[in-house]
Amino acid sequence: MFGFNRNKIKEGLTRTRNSVFGQITTLMGGGDIDDEMWEDLEALLIQADVGAETSMELIETVRERVQREGIYRAVDAQRVLKEEMQNLLDGYAPSKIDEHRLVTVILVVGVNGSGKTTTIAKLANYYQKQGRRVILGAGDTFRAAAIDQLKIWGERVGSTVIAHQENADPGAVVFDSLKSALARKADMVIIDTAGRLHTKFNLMKEVEKLKSIARKQVHGAPHETLLVLDGTTGQNALSQAKHFKKAVEITGVVVTKLDGTAKGGVVLAIGKTLEVPVRFIGVGEGVDDLIPFDSKAFVDGLFEEV
Amino acid sequence: MFESLQDKLQGVFEQLNRRGRLSEADVKLALREVRMALLEADVNFKVVKEFVGRIRERAIGIELSKNITPGQQVVKIVHEELLETLGDSAPLDLGGKSPHVIMLVGLQGSGKTTTAAKLALHLRKSKHSPLLVAADTRRPAAIEQLKVLGRQLDIPVYSEDSSVPPPDICANAIKVAKAGANNIVILDTAGRLQIDEALMDELVQIKQRTSPKEVLLVADSMTGQEAVRVAEGFDEKVDLTGLILTKIDGDARGGAAISIRSVTGVPIKFLGTGEKLNEIEVFHPDRLASRILGMGDVLTLIERAEEVIDEEVAERSAKKLLEGNFNLEDFLEQLQQIKKLGPLNKVIDMLPGMGDITKTISTDDMEDRLKRTQAIINSMTLTERRNPKILNSSRKKRVAKGSGTTVQEINQLISQFRQMQKMMKKLRNPRARQNLMNMFGGFR
Ligand SMILES: Nc1nc2c(ncn2[C@@H]2O[C@H](COP(=O)(O)OP(=O)(O)OP(=O)(O)O)[C@@H](O)[C@H]2O)c(=O)[nH]1
Ligand SMILES: Nc1nc2c(ncn2[C@@H]2O[C@H](COP(=O)(O)OP(=O)(O)OP(=O)(O)O)[C@@H](O)[C@H]2O)c(=O)[nH]1
Ligand SMILES: [Mg+2]
Ligand SMILES: [Mg+2]
Repeated sequence: MFGFNRNKIKEGLTRTRNSVFGQITTLMGGGDIDDEMWEDLEALLIQADVGAETSMELIETVRERVQREGIYRAVDAQRVLKEEMQNLLDGYAPSKIDEHRLVTVILVVGVNGSGKTTTIAKLANYYQKQGRRVILGAGDTFRAAAIDQLKIWGERVGSTVIAHQENADPGAVVFDSLKSALARKADMVIIDTAGRLHTKFNLMKEVEKLKSIARKQVHGAPHETLLVLDGTTGQNALSQAKHFKKAVEITGVVVTKLDGTAKGGVVLAIGKTLEVPVRFIGVGEGVDDLIPFDSKAFVDGLFEEV
Repeated sequence: MFESLQDKLQGVFEQLNRRGRLSEADVKLALREVRMALLEADVNFKVVKEFVGRIRERAIGIELSKNITPGQQVVKIVHEELLETLGDSAPLDLGGKSPHVIMLVGLQGSGKTTTAAKLALHLRKSKHSPLLVAADTRRPAAIEQLKVLGRQLDIPVYSEDSSVPPPDICANAIKVAKAGANNIVILDTAGRLQIDEALMDELVQIKQRTSPKEVLLVADSMTGQEAVRVAEGFDEKVDLTGLILTKIDGDARGGAAISIRSVTGVPIKFLGTGEKLNEIEVFHPDRLASRILGMGDVLTLIERAEEVIDEEVAERSAKKLLEGNFNLEDFLEQLQQIKKLGPLNKVIDMLPGMGDITKTISTDDMEDRLKRTQAIINSMTLTERRNPKILNSSRKKRVAKGSGTTVQEINQLISQFRQMQKMMKKLRNPRARQNLMNMFGGFR
């Protein structure tokens, strides 16, 4: 993919590796396959937030393949499991962010506190380092000091922030952000939105409105609608992705806070049931703590021996 | 979203004879469903294992009864065990010398700052005088965020420059509270990972300098399997005294509460039910237990209903209903009452076993259908409403035209209404009525 930093992903996932998936590796490394191995494996996947259903299905698939392909060694079963896990994450259209156009518009949505604003700062930093000129739109006019928060980030990463007053219409902010991007010949606009629970009908409608305002101003905008998921979240992340996909056609996911002990296994369930690709992962609170998602590196990283 | 556990168990026990005792084999099947339901609700894997073990012990050999299905019996046991694990709600400890310090801790973005303001408001309502303290010097605009909330509530916020170490800020705040006659000090600390040694040590220092009566973990109700390790990590360092579960206004099942309770033993004190500052509730174990089982938030719904529904109207239609005199006019009245409960999707979320409905039809569609149904009945004459039988095709055409609907829709409505009438007539049989009561009252 992009200037993808393998060490960084390894570093970010070290803790994860040390715990559950590390155990899987040890578990599957030596010896032959037996029943206990499958059971332990299922337990480990569930504890990584893969979800009971997805975990069972994954294991079922691997068991079938192991049978069919006459595999008897645990290490080979591991290879098959990795392949199957990766299958759930792969095969999606590449992000439209990297296509050539005058102005690329990214809309960032998600539930409260998932890490949207911080992720936007990281994205701005990431793309500016690639030489793009990024403008940030302070579309969260609702939460206390959300505008100030984005302004501080903008200053730190060197992006202009377009903001209105607190409680102003977020639609107007989107409009102005795009207008000023066109006027200033910026190449990218990233729009922050207020956190909203996916079950709140009116708030979801509001995002739809923001999208249509963007679309009217810039052809094909927003070119990417990113759902920011908190990596600590369990099975509810699926519900979030489902609702946001249905209401506002998210085109990608960013999973944050994977620098903690959380495993982010929910990513697999989302890939499997919703076919929405993960674009980035967040591994810290600094602007450099963003990693483009790469399924092979991700799954490899999870299995790697410490 | 999820099928309720009761529905699933109903399936498991369908074949079962209703006499004798639950065998080990019956229970095994049921426990599989219980296990899946708890895992889907994000209860920690190990906690589930132990929990299911307890249910097994209680369920095997249980005597089956005529009044209540085996499925309901197992759900009842599960529900009771959940209640036991969740424990009762506990008030804030505000004993001893003033000022009482409440320290909020937790992972990034869990809701600490918002909850600090909510608690301050909650306590001021009971005549306390809180001081909010901005002890998060790390997150951009965190201090400003608390200041804005304080301004909104007209509650004082103590803050210093972000270069001052948070333990110093907190210690200084206590002096200010004493001088200014604030009897409660609420510390809003920065979000941190429980494995971040340096930041966890900072919490220990804050605790040492301020001797808080309450150290509350603010946890997101959407948290997954890691809830256990997070809670353990914080508890180990700063000895938690309670838990606040936030963002419960979504559709998360909140299994994390069970996990955290199991590993820390501290009581759940409050639930955060929205972004607004008055959206905080004292914890009710029965509600959360029902929610974890996917049984909906019936209690909340009942409370809402009590608030908004005109009791006289409700009583009148209930009586008519049972007497079998229920007509379309009463139906219209009921629809109007239902609408008062709020947006349909919210109401449905609270109903047990109704999660499935939202899977198949959108609540928008239902809202729309509700409107059309109302329009149809509104276009009928009073005589037609009282006696829909007289609706011949010319009348139907008139009603369709008047309501902007179709004759087909009117036929549908009438046939649905007939079915409902039939069902109600059946309910006049006392045995059937008892069954229905068991179904709803089985968990009290
Ligand atoms: N450890 C860690 N913390 C993160 C990460 N991403 C964001 N955070 C923290 O999570 C908290 C919430 O982040 P925000 O960016 O404010 O979240 P948001 O989604 O914009 O929140 P709302 O606008 O209130 O809905 C902050 O304390 C961030 O520093 C991450 O990848 N790792
Ligand atoms: N829907 C809902 N949103 C909530 C609730 N409690 C907090 N929030 C929202 O969650 C987001 C994060 O809340 P904060 O209070 O900033 O969280 P925090 O723990 O202080 O975050 P950090 O200081 O970054 O660690 C904000 O958008 C809040 O409005 C709740 O009960 N329901
Ligand atoms: Mg934000
Ligand atoms: Mg905060």
